Order: sequence, then C-alpha cells, then structure tokens
Amino acid sequence: MITLDQRGRRCPLPVIELARHVNDVGVGELIAVAADDPAARVDVPAWCRMRGHEYVGEDTAPDGVPVYTVRRRR
Amino acid sequence: MGSGYLDAAAGAPPHPAAAEALTAALDGGWADPAKLYGAGRRSRLLLDGAREAIAEVLGARPDEITFCASGTHATHLAILGGLAGRRRAGSRFVHSAVEHSCVLHAAERHVAAGGEATSVPVDRDGRVDVAAFAAAADGAALASLMTANHEVGTLQPVAEVAAACRDRGVPLHTDAAQSAGRFPVPPGWSLLSASAHKWGGPPGVGVLAVRTGTRWRSPMPADDRERGRAPGFENVPAAVAAAAALQAVTAEAAAENARLSALVDRIRAEVAARVPDVEVVGPATGRLPHLVTFSCLYVDGEALLHELDRHGFAVSSGSSCTSSTLTPSHVLEAMGVLSHGNVRVSLHRDTTAADVDRFLAVLPEIVADLRKGLEGL
Repeated sequence: MITLDQRGRRCPLPVIELARHVNDVGVGELIAVAADDPAARVDVPAWCRMRGHEYVGEDTAPDGVPVYTVRRRR
Repeated sequence: MGSGYLDAAAGAPPHPAAAEALTAALDGGWADPAKLYGAGRRSRLLLDGAREAIAEVLGARPDEITFCASGTHATHLAILGGLAGRRRAGSRFVHSAVEHSCVLHAAERHVAAGGEATSVPVDRDGRVDVAAFAAAADGAALASLMTANHEVGTLQPVAEVAAACRDRGVPLHTDAAQSAGRFPVPPGWSLLSASAHKWGGPPGVGVLAVRTGTRWRSPMPADDRERGRAPGFENVPAAVAAAAALQAVTAEAAAENARLSALVDRIRAEVAARVPDVEVVGPATGRLPHLVTFSCLYVDGEALLHELDRHGFAVSSGSSCTSSTLTPSHVLEAMGVLSHGNVRVSLHRDTTAADVDRFLAVLPEIVADLRKGLEGL
C-alpha cells in the first residue's frame, strides 16, 4: 500500500496529492495519506464521495499524525 | 443600487429606515433612560418604543425583551443565564452540532465550570432529526437550536423541537440571528437571541428575549439596567434604529424573500452548471432565502476569497485557511461536506440580478485559474 506523506501541508494539497496518486494503485487496492491538517478529516471522505472511491477509515501513524485510507474503486 | 458586497449573513448593509431613525434618535435619545428628568424621560420613551416594536415582530411581550451589545452577547446571556436558572434541574446543555460558535463557546464555558454538554449531529443537509434531538434533550437543563444556519442556510425544525422539549419540561433557546426579519420566529421558545445588524439595523445591538415564566438568572454581576438582564448604559439611538429596521424589513420580507430566493436558485443552478467539480452545500428547499454555499474541489479557499475580492466581490468562507484557528468550519465538518474551496454568498436588499450575473460571469474563470496544473485530477 502507498502512503503519501502530507505532513505540514495544508488543504487542499493533501487531497490534490491523493488525486494525483490514486491511479498508482490498482482498482480495489488501498492508498493512504498522512496529513496533520484537520481539514483532511473532512475533505478526504468528501473527495472519495465526489470521485466514486471508497473511504476506508482513519488510523494514526507512530508520530500521532492521522492517516486516512482510501480504496480505489474506478 | 448594485453591490459586490455579498456577505449579508456577516452583516447586512444598514436599511435606510435605520439610518434615518439613528440620526433622529441621536438627538432625542442620548440621555440616560434611567433618569427621571425630561431628557431622561425622552430617552426612556424612545427605548420603550423600540422595545415594543421589536417585541411585536418577534412575537414576545415588551417586558420579555432585553437590549444588549451584540447577538453573541445575547446568546451568551441566554444560555449561561438559562443554565444558571435551571441548576436544580441539572447541568446538561444540549445543542445541535451546527450552532453558531457563540453557542459552542458558551457550552465550553459551561463544561469548564463542571457542567455537561451534548452535541446533536445533523444530516448531509445540516438539519437535526427531531426525534434524535428530543431524545438527547430528555432530562437536560437547557437545549439550544438555531432557527437557521448562518453558513449553509438550513432551516431547523425549531417548532417541532420546541414542542418535544416542552413535553419533557426542558426550556429551549433559539438563536434567531439569521432569520429574524425574514421569517416569523417559530413558536415554543423559552429564550431567544438575535442581532440587529443581520436585519439591516446598526451593529452593536443584540436582542435577548426571556419568555415569562422561564427560569433565568443573570450570569453577570448585578446591574440595574434592562431589568437586571444586561449590564451597562443602553445604546438608545441604536436600539431605536434597530427597531425601525426590523419593522421595515419585516414589511418587505415577503417580496424580498421571493426575489432573493430566485437569485439564490439561479446561483445554485449556474454554479453547478458552469464550475466543474463543485459541491453546492445545504438543501435546495427549507433554507434561508438569501444565502448559498458551495465548495470547489482542489481550490484554496483563501486564494478564492482574494481573487473574488480583487474582482470587487465580498464573500465568506468556511475553509480552514480562512479561519484564525486554521480549522475547517465545524458546520461543514458536521455535514460531512467538502471544506476547502468554500464560498458563502449571502444577498441583501441592495443586491441586483446584475450583481449576480457579474458574479456568475467571473467565478468560473477564477476557479479555472486557481486550478491551473490540476487538470484531469
């Protein structure tokens, strides 16, 4: 699984990065983004809804930064 | 008269009736309304007249109305005073997740003082479920539900929630800041707050209404002013101007609501049609007539605000980059909608169809420019 490091980057940058790299994984596979901007918690699931991907959920990296996981659906 | 000012929800331009009344009342209403000499009595008369006018529009008795410094001040007094008056009934405060930050800040203060607070979630349109709110309010000391949301325009089922709260013996506060003067206040509230500059009155006038029989104790040090409900020398000229504006906008409300609602319908449709990857936020019906919010995917909200400003348009945003705390709007978060690239457009009596046309003409290009290099994402 790919995890994009978006620590210190403000929205919409983490979502843009996710959009740039979602096709790096196959349909049905997972891609994650580590982002400390609190807006990512709202915007990653919203992006999934708008782009037809599946928002899998939120986890925490060892340094405490939230990691949002997405399953490519198309 | 046209205007690129599209932020009426932050503060409406003063109604001509307010300006006129303010000038007149500065002459006759500067003296202390608590004094018994002639100049004081003249001030008192003006203040009482303003109180009666506002009470009538809000569906209250004049002695239930208190003037204070702002809508936020009125809301703080309503909630903290409502909770203080109900201490024997408990300490739990219930509110929707999309209340104005002044409600959330009052809740934080209450929790810091040892109380409890429960936030009731909303659906994708930003609306609470009546049964869910009623269940949360069961056994609470006080509940609070706004008449209409300030960021997305959603009307809340206040009358139904008030009835459910009454069945449970729980007083309901309603923040009517965005709807007062546009719609009648829904029945059943125990405490109400509003803000004159949202309806075309002057800034610096908040209105607190405490329904007769409601347990309420001032959270402030004692003061004789306003029946002990709000401290400090009353701003009589501003209260007079607030009342004049409220009467004027109420008289115009049916026609203005229809006119602005049609313009908002147009913005909703055209933004969705002309700007790719945009999410129009909030319901198409059951909303404020003059307000519309949308979020543009991959766009920085702050940059969008600056570009619109450069083109002469003043709008608000719920995006994190535009807030002092760098957190996204709690309203957009509670609704689960895109928070970046967010724009709130709110119209007023000076907004013309040509202003809206101009806005719709420049917006697609501004968004496209801000998205340069992101094509195909």
